[in-house]
Amino acid sequence: MRTIINKIIEKFNRNEARLMDILLDVQAEFGLISGDAVTLIAEGLNISSVDVQQTISFYHFFSQKSRGKYTIYLNDSAVAYMMGRADIARTFEEECKCKFGSVTEDGQIGLFNTACIGMNDQEPAAIINGIVFPKLTESCVKDIVNGMKEGKSVPEMMGELGDGENSNKLLNSMVNNNIMKTGSVLFSDYKNGTAINKLVTMTPKEVIGEVKASHIRGLGGAGFPTGMKWDFCSMAEGDERFVLCNADEGEPGTFKDRVILTELPNLIFEGMTIAAYAIGAKEGILYLRQEYHYMKAYLESVLDKLREENYLGKDIAGKIGFNFDIRIQFGAGAYVCGEESALIESCEGKRGEPRNRPPFPVQKGYLQKPTVINNVETLCSVVKIIENGGEWFSMMGTKETAGTKLLSISGDCKYPGVYEVEWGIRIRDMLEMVGGEEAYAVQVSGPSGICISKKDFKRTICFEDLPSGGSIIIIGKERNLIKDIVCNFMDFFIDESCGSCVPCRSLPLILKNKLQKLLDGNGVMSDLTDLENWSKNMKAANRCGLGQTAANPILSTLKNFREDYEALIKNKEKDFDTGFNLDAAVAASCEAVGRNPQI
Amino acid sequence: MSKPVVATTSLSGCFGCHMSLLDIDERILDLIDVVEFNKSPIDDIKEFTKQCDIGIIEGGCCNSENVHVLKDFRKNCKILISLGECAIMGGLPALRNGIPIKECLDEAYLNGPTAQIGNEEQILPNDEELPMILDKVYPCHEVVKIDYYLPGCPPRADLIWDALVALVTGNELKLPYEVVKFD
Ligand SMILES: Cc1cc2nc3c(=O)[nH]c(=O)nc-3n(C[C@H](O)[C@H](O)[C@H](O)COP(=O)(O)O)c2cc1C
Ligand code: SF4
Ligand code: SF4
Repeated sequence: MRTIINKIIEKFNRNEARLMDILLDVQAEFGLISGDAVTLIAEGLNISSVDVQQTISFYHFFSQKSRGKYTIYLNDSAVAYMMGRADIARTFEEECKCKFGSVTEDGQIGLFNTACIGMNDQEPAAIINGIVFPKLTESCVKDIVNGMKEGKSVPEMMGELGDGENSNKLLNSMVNNNIMKTGSVLFSDYKNGTAINKLVTMTPKEVIGEVKASHIRGLGGAGFPTGMKWDFCSMAEGDERFVLCNADEGEPGTFKDRVILTELPNLIFEGMTIAAYAIGAKEGILYLRQEYHYMKAYLESVLDKLREENYLGKDIAGKIGFNFDIRIQFGAGAYVCGEESALIESCEGKRGEPRNRPPFPVQKGYLQKPTVINNVETLCSVVKIIENGGEWFSMMGTKETAGTKLLSISGDCKYPGVYEVEWGIRIRDMLEMVGGEEAYAVQVSGPSGICISKKDFKRTICFEDLPSGGSIIIIGKERNLIKDIVCNFMDFFIDESCGSCVPCRSLPLILKNKLQKLLDGNGVMSDLTDLENWSKNMKAANRCGLGQTAANPILSTLKNFREDYEALIKNKEKDFDTGFNLDAAVAASCEAVGRNPQI
Repeated sequence: MSKPVVATTSLSGCFGCHMSLLDIDERILDLIDVVEFNKSPIDDIKEFTKQCDIGIIEGGCCNSENVHVLKDFRKNCKILISLGECAIMGGLPALRNGIPIKECLDEAYLNGPTAQIGNEEQILPNDEELPMILDKVYPCHEVVKIDYYLPGCPPRADLIWDALVALVTGNELKLPYEVVKFD
């Protein structure tokens, strides 16, 4: 073990900022990061064991216990349940004779839950030893488990490959793109390299000017004007600058970056190169979520090709002194790492805890140097802006939101998939487009967004009305909104809070318990007031966007579906009901000591 | 007008909150001028002898007896106050809440270092006289309705004093920032 771990540490030049990569390699090599491994890593990097341990404990995909020779991570997002996840989970448990969250007695198969893996358009889906198995059925689960019992390798159990580049040898994936509608920005015709060749004829100032003129706003969710961000960064003091691309895509229901990464990786890297030119960066990092690890070889090959063609590396496109290169940094399973300052921490090999702001990343980002972070889609759009001009882009969309947007649409609709639409599309038109006219509710922008009812279907998707990072979940009449959707979203936030802020760490759980109380039939009207008042505190009392939005599932459904909540309260006059049940509370201890409960 | 009647009890607490109540020092004399004590460890009255106005609860519920006492307080008091962290949140005893009760009992009576000697017969206590242990420690408001909460571990004597005075006089309790800031 010592030699292997030393080799891994050497590979990353004994650089503690590469701890994430080191841990990922160790986890992949041994299937766990044992106590001995922790000691060896700590020694090798000359840091304390606790520093290693705290990073390990932060990320879902690191573990200090073995998770089996075959490790199955089954998505537990709300849409996965809509698509039959419960039956799939039951079949796995029956076939493996072990429960989720544990490993079979012989140590062979581990069953684990995981948050949305970016496959909402093809659920139920699981990641098995890094390979995505979409659209699982009970019979394929049986085949998979039988295969494991026979000792087959995971690739041997794969079925048909997906469409487009998914069947590229290097991707070799069963995932489907499900591109349902192409638009005039991202999926328009493009000859690779065009924008870079044009770029090097411009000055950095002109590039920023063009991006500003396009009025593009960040497409990762927050909608900050990209041109302004680059401008700030170029003006910030620092001897080095960095460009980071955010491909964490953790918001449940978002999968558009997955499709861009699969079909248009050139655009991403060209976009990063444009940003680098504009701000004067020499190094870029693509922060890619672990769930998309299956793209590694493919994306590396795209980078290699760009280097061969002199679109990356030294004197790019013949421009003397324009040097820039990109590395891929994998995450290890943590939604909060999509938050830009947490992403930076993670890139530095630490726990993904958001930083206090200011200073903002454009001032002090990666390694405390000025850094631009943009979403995958933003950077791709910039390529087309440089190609066609800012004005061309600004003509599309709405007054305050220019351009197009990739929507990842899933849930109760006929045609789930990725749609490139102009900003300003009406919810009702969108529902018609995807065969979801029967919708009871629409979750716009994932759990951190809002849940709207029919009366709002006339509203439009754009920053001046309903902002969206790309996740649209359609919820049909047959769903129990509070139980199936709101509770699932709250569980997500409970799991994903980094724990720094007390309200974010504890309130989601308290709120979830309140919801459970209502669902158990012990609700009183004042519970609804409590839910509302407590939820409102989340916005003011937490450091980052996760905590600030974690009560949104409750706030927006209380506002738009209050009748669903009131229907759970049988006696509206009752002012108090704890639901406390003494029989149930003493049952376990009486059984343990062999005593008949006498209440 | 007759004096308001106060009752107090310690459920799953350490008596620290009651100690803090005594920490109002000589003001206890003022207090008994304005209120009358009923069931309470302070005067050792074991059972309610009349309806009370204010019930002060220290500690959460860790066993069936705590639940019975708490419900009895709810029945006999107009206003119930959760006094201190244990009553409000479960406090230290609630540290066991993440661990299944069977494991807790095994650790306490069978496997723990202090259980090795003296419990050679490996008995888990189950005498009928003993209260039954709850699956976890419940804060009081998860069992009955609580009207007011006085935070702290223990709450400062002045806070208890001010709260009682406010209740008795009907004036609003002043809560400056220093009083509710704990770190
Ligand atoms: C909890 C949380 C998760 C986030 N996840 C992502 C993500 O997965 N992808 C993303 O691009 N932005 C995400 N963001 C937004 C980023 O912080 C940041 O605003 C964005 O990457 C900036 O890029 P843009 O301006 O191009 O949108 C997240 C924010 C928060 C608070
Ligand atoms: S709001 Fe939540 S996720 Fe964000 S920093 Fe605070 S605890 Fe961490
Ligand atoms: S709150 Fe503190 S002082 Fe009061 S009973 Fe609990 S541990 Fe003791």
